Amino acid sequence: MKINFEHNQSAHCENGVVSNLLNYNGLKVSEPMVFGIASGVFFIYIPFIKVNFAPAFSFRPVPGFIFSRVSKRLGFKIKRYKYKSTEKAQQALDAELAKNNPVGLQVGVYNLTYFPDEYRFHFNAHNLVVYGKVGDDYLISDPVMPEVTTLSSKELEKVRFAKGPFAPNGHIYYPTQLPSNIDLKKAITKGIKQAYRHMLAPVPVVGYRGIRYVAKQIRKWPDKIGVKKTNHYLGQLVRMQEEIGTGGGGFRFIFAAFLQEASVIMENPRLAELSKEMTVIGDQWRDFAIDASRLYKNRSRETDAYNKIADKLDAIALAERAFFLDLKKAIK
Amino acid sequence: MKKEEVPQDESSLSKANIKEIVYAVDKDGKYGKALSSGWEAKTIALNKSLELIEEQLQETIHKIKQGELSPIAYYMELQRMDVVVLSGYVGFWQWKVKRHLKAKTFKKLSKKTLKKYAETFEVSLEELKNPKI
Repeated sequence: MKINFEHNQSAHCENGVVSNLLNYNGLKVSEPMVFGIASGVFFIYIPFIKVNFAPAFSFRPVPGFIFSRVSKRLGFKIKRYKYKSTEKAQQALDAELAKNNPVGLQVGVYNLTYFPDEYRFHFNAHNLVVYGKVGDDYLISDPVMPEVTTLSSKELEKVRFAKGPFAPNGHIYYPTQLPSNIDLKKAITKGIKQAYRHMLAPVPVVGYRGIRYVAKQIRKWPDKIGVKKTNHYLGQLVRMQEEIGTGGGGFRFIFAAFLQEASVIMENPRLAELSKEMTVIGDQWRDFAIDASRLYKNRSRETDAYNKIADKLDAIALAERAFFLDLKKAIK
Repeated sequence: MKKEEVPQDESSLSKANIKEIVYAVDKDGKYGKALSSGWEAKTIALNKSLELIEEQLQETIHKIKQGELSPIAYYMELQRMDVVVLSGYVGFWQWKVKRHLKAKTFKKLSKKTLKKYAETFEVSLEELKNPKI
């Protein structure tokens, strides 16, 4: 059986699943709109958590937050279930599909057979939609893939019960009872408010302060932990910034796209101007990534090179500070 | 980022014929989706991280040959796991998994325990005991 589900490729898996599921249920919201309402723009540096032997940086909120925030702000409910037993998890999925209800699943990336080898890590907060079953094959709409695909029930079970941090435990979710009239303006205002509140938060490792903190660390790292480790840490920062599902420079552009769309809905031309400013900041992030990647490719040993890219990061932190202060004024 | 600036470099995605979505502005400054085949800055970062994993694996192989580590360490790293992930899959406490990584402890493991590891790594018992390294 196959549900008539429209697959739209998106830049980020969680936005994409939310946007596609809402579209199916009759609520047309774009990926940037989902991202903006959910205050998806973020930065945090967590030095004491090591991922792949380097500290954790994140340009996004904790997985799952995007859908929860969107549901709260647009006023609908989400059903979420997790399972211990693999059979029950599959029965629940089949039951929803039989009701013509496409559902979101949280899965692990490592055993996704359609991903290129280079991208297969034990990362367990990926999202996709199942929209049907033909024989033993589930029909899969993975928002980061250009086309829909399939997974056998065995393959799907494996990714639904991946283990390790953020283990999905068969996590299945779908929206229920969409309200008939939706106050988009209110939701946008809430999304923007939380975004600037987080980016301007008086916490040293969060928001623009977090970016500045990392810049400071980059100046110290070459002497403190050596060039090799510094390069590895920088590589991690760039990967978190630009890889599928994490964004960064990419996320800044989605946020800019959101502001442009919001400007029309809110009838606030100031937001369109701010969208342009965010685009410039996104480009700055891209520049930073290029410089950082050159640095660890050539294994430059002069410490001045590290100071230079730290300067760039400092400039970004300042620009984001100014930007979010302006955004605060614009929404009042 | 302007649409014409969207990077179209070669990457592991382009090799698999996949393009990813990015958001960029067109000539009139309007935002929309654009496809990117990959970006060099990203590819370098990814490759460096894969190199590091490979380096680590070679070191582990060396330690196994010297009789320090057990083949479990090899398969764990080959499948890009760490102790936390592996402990989740086999269902043992992390401190237990850590012990099993030692060659000395590995020799004393029961068949039942070994079987759990073999199933997790999807290899036979024989392959688990004597990896081709």
